[in-house]
Amino acid sequence: MQDNKGYLDMQMLRFTTAGSVDDGKSTLIGRLLYDSKSIFEDQLEAVEEASRSRGNEEVNLALLTDGLRAEREQGITIDVAYRYFATPKRKFIIADTPGHVQYTRNMVTGASTADLAVILVDARHGIMEQTIRHSFIASLLGIREVVVAVNKMDLVDFSEEVFTTIVSDYRKMEQEMGFSLENVTFIPISAKDGDNVVNRSERMPWYSGPSLLEYLETVPIPAGSDAGTLLPVQYVIRPISAQFPDFRSYAGQLCAGTLKPGDRVTVLPSGLTTEVTAIWLGDKQIPEAVAPLSVAVTLKDDIDISRGDVLTASDEMQPGIGQEFTVDVCWLRDTPLETGRRYLVRHAAQEVTGIVKAIEYKIDINTQERIGNVESLRMNDIARVRIKTAEPLVYTPYERNRVMGSLVFIDESNDTVGAGMIKNA
Amino acid sequence: MSKTLTHLKELEAESIFILREVAAQFERPCILFSGGKDSIVLTHLAWKAFWPAKIPFRLVHIDTGHNFPETLTYRDELVARLGADLTVGSVQESIDKGRVREETGYNASRNKLQTVTLLDTLAAGKFDAAIGGARRDEEKARAKERIFSHRDEFGQWNPKNQRPELWNIYNAKKDVGEHFRVFPISNWTEMDVWQYIYQEGIEMPSLYFTHRRKVFQRDGQWLAAEPAFIPRRPEEEVVEMDVRCRTIGDVTCTGLTLSRAHSLEDIIAEIAATRITERGGRADDRRSESAMEDRKKQGYF
Repeated sequence: MQDNKGYLDMQMLRFTTAGSVDDGKSTLIGRLLYDSKSIFEDQLEAVEEASRSRGNEEVNLALLTDGLRAEREQGITIDVAYRYFATPKRKFIIADTPGHVQYTRNMVTGASTADLAVILVDARHGIMEQTIRHSFIASLLGIREVVVAVNKMDLVDFSEEVFTTIVSDYRKMEQEMGFSLENVTFIPISAKDGDNVVNRSERMPWYSGPSLLEYLETVPIPAGSDAGTLLPVQYVIRPISAQFPDFRSYAGQLCAGTLKPGDRVTVLPSGLTTEVTAIWLGDKQIPEAVAPLSVAVTLKDDIDISRGDVLTASDEMQPGIGQEFTVDVCWLRDTPLETGRRYLVRHAAQEVTGIVKAIEYKIDINTQERIGNVESLRMNDIARVRIKTAEPLVYTPYERNRVMGSLVFIDESNDTVGAGMIKNA
Repeated sequence: MSKTLTHLKELEAESIFILREVAAQFERPCILFSGGKDSIVLTHLAWKAFWPAKIPFRLVHIDTGHNFPETLTYRDELVARLGADLTVGSVQESIDKGRVREETGYNASRNKLQTVTLLDTLAAGKFDAAIGGARRDEEKARAKERIFSHRDEFGQWNPKNQRPELWNIYNAKKDVGEHFRVFPISNWTEMDVWQYIYQEGIEMPSLYFTHRRKVFQRDGQWLAAEPAFIPRRPEEEVVEMDVRCRTIGDVTCTGLTLSRAHSLEDIIAEIAATRITERGGRADDRRSESAMEDRKKQGYF
C-alpha cells in the first residue's frame, strides 16, 4: 500500500502558538485541523451542540481546544493544550497556549518542546505588545524558526502595503529588542476564509510565497543542537540472567550528534575513556545512533558509570562541568523565588541541591527593560539569576543544546516551581 | 543541521525515554494493561527499552469480568512470552466485598466501578506509578494532562493545579501515599499507533480484525450480543455482522465497527478514511461533555 509507505517516511514538526480568541488563533488552528481532516464528525457535532447551548451563534472552535470544564465555563484557555494533525508529508504537534501576560509560564512551557513558533499579528493593529512578548519567549526558549502570520488580511482589503509595513516594523522591533531568532518568515493570511492557510490565496496575487501549511510541511526542522555528541545515561541495564550473565548496557536518549561502534567515548564528569562496542535498539544492533534516538550502548571497558553521567565523543566538542551558573529563569508558581533559598535542581538525568545566590535583573517582557535591585521573583517573572549547585553538573549553554542546557527548580512541596536556561559560555 | 528521523522513530525514542525515567525515578511502577492496542504498544516499548533485561514493571489488569475471551488469551500469552508478572484486580471482587454497587438497567456498565478496583489494586500492590496507554488526541481532557501526572493520596487528579512540565524533564517527587500516572504515548495518535504496530510487526488480538459476530444496535452503535453481558431491550434484534473493535474495553462499552479490515494495511486505510473518532464508539464518554474529566478527577485511567 503506497499510502502506508509514505506515512512511514514522514517527519514530525512541533510548533507552538500563543494568543487569545480575538487574534483568530483558534480559528487558525481549527482550520488547519479541519482542512487536514483531523477534526472528526463527532467532535465537530459535540462542539456545535456545545456552542448552541452556550448561545453562541457561530461554531466556537475554541471549544475544541479548551479541554477543561473551567476553561469552557470561563471562555478562556488556561493551560497548554496539545493538538495533533498530519498531512501526507508531516505529522504536526501544536502546543496551543494562551497569550496574555498572566500566562507567560504556559507560553514558556509550550515553547520548551517546540521546533517552531507561529506568531499571529492582526493586520489591522500591526506590531503590538503581545507580538513582542511572543517573539521574546520564542527567542528565550531557543526557537530558531518563527513564522509571523499576518492575519485578518480580509479586513485590510488584502493590502500589500499593510503587509510590507508590518514586515519592516517587525524587523525593526526584532533588532531593537535584540532577539536571536535565526529565521523569520512572514505570511499574509485570513484564517477565517482560509486564504494562504492551506491553499494559496487568489486574493493576494502580490504574494508569491508558500501558504502557511505548505511552509510547515517543507521547512527544514532544526536539530537544535551544536554541541558534539552527548548521551546522558538514564539507566543501567543489567539482566543478570543465565542467557546474559555479564551483559551491561548504558541506556539513554542521544541528545546531540551521532555515535557508532568503535567510537572513542569520554565519560563525564569522571573523564575516563573507553570505546563503544555495540549500539542497541531493543534486541537489534544498529550501525549508527543519531539524535534523538533512545538507545543502549555497550562499552569495551568495565568502568564505573551510573545515572547522571554523560557519554561524549572524545574527539568532538566537550560540554562544561561546573557548579556556578548564570541562568535565565521563568518562575512558574505562587511561592516566590527568593535569593538564598535551597532548591532541588533537576538537569538531564542529574539531580542536585542548588542555591539562588543572586538575582541580576528581572526583564519586563513587554519592553525588554532590565529591572535591578530585585530580591524575589513572582509567578510569570523572567529574570537572570546566579545559582550554585552542591555537586558539579555536566552542561552546555542552552543555546547549544536544549537538553543539556535546561533545568527545573523543585521546592520542598515537591512541586516544579521554576524553569531555567543555562547561559554560561 | 536538521532532523532526520521519521516521526515514528522520534515518537518511539520519546516513549522509551519516558519509560526509562519511570524505572529510574519510581520504586514500584506498574503498567496498566487492558489488552487494548495502546497498552500492547506500551508493553512492546517497555520490552524494547530494557532488553535484554525483563520489563521492570508488573502488568496490572483491571478485570471488569465482562471480557472478550480473546483479550484474556492474548494477555496470558503475552505475559508468558515476556516472563512478566501479572496482577489482576477484579471488579467482581469489589462488588462482592461491597466496595462498589453494580449499576442496573439496560445501560449498566462496570466501567465507572473500575476506578475503585483500580485504586484498591494500586494501594494493595504499593504501586507508586501506574503507566497507562492514554493519548492526548483521544479526548479533550486528556489533551491537557501531563506525562507524569500527580495523584493525591485519594488517587485524585487536580486538573486546575497540575505541575508544570517543561522540555523532557519529569518530576516524580511525591509524599507517602501519593502516586503518579504516567502516559508515555501521550503524543501518539490512533494512526501513529497502528502504523507503529505495522512497522514493528506486533501481533494483535483477533478482535481488531474483521470477524463474524452476533450483534445488536443501540443509539446508532453496534454492540456485542456475544459474550452476552449487555441486557437487551425486547426490540433490540440480534443479527450477525462482519465487525471489528476499534478500541477494546469492557464488552458493555465497546462499540463495534462494521468493517472489512482483515489486515493491518486494511485497518490503516480504514482509519485514514474514517470521519468518527475512536472514542466516538465508547458509551462511557458519551454521558456528558465533561465525562472524561470527571472520571479522571476521581482516579480513573
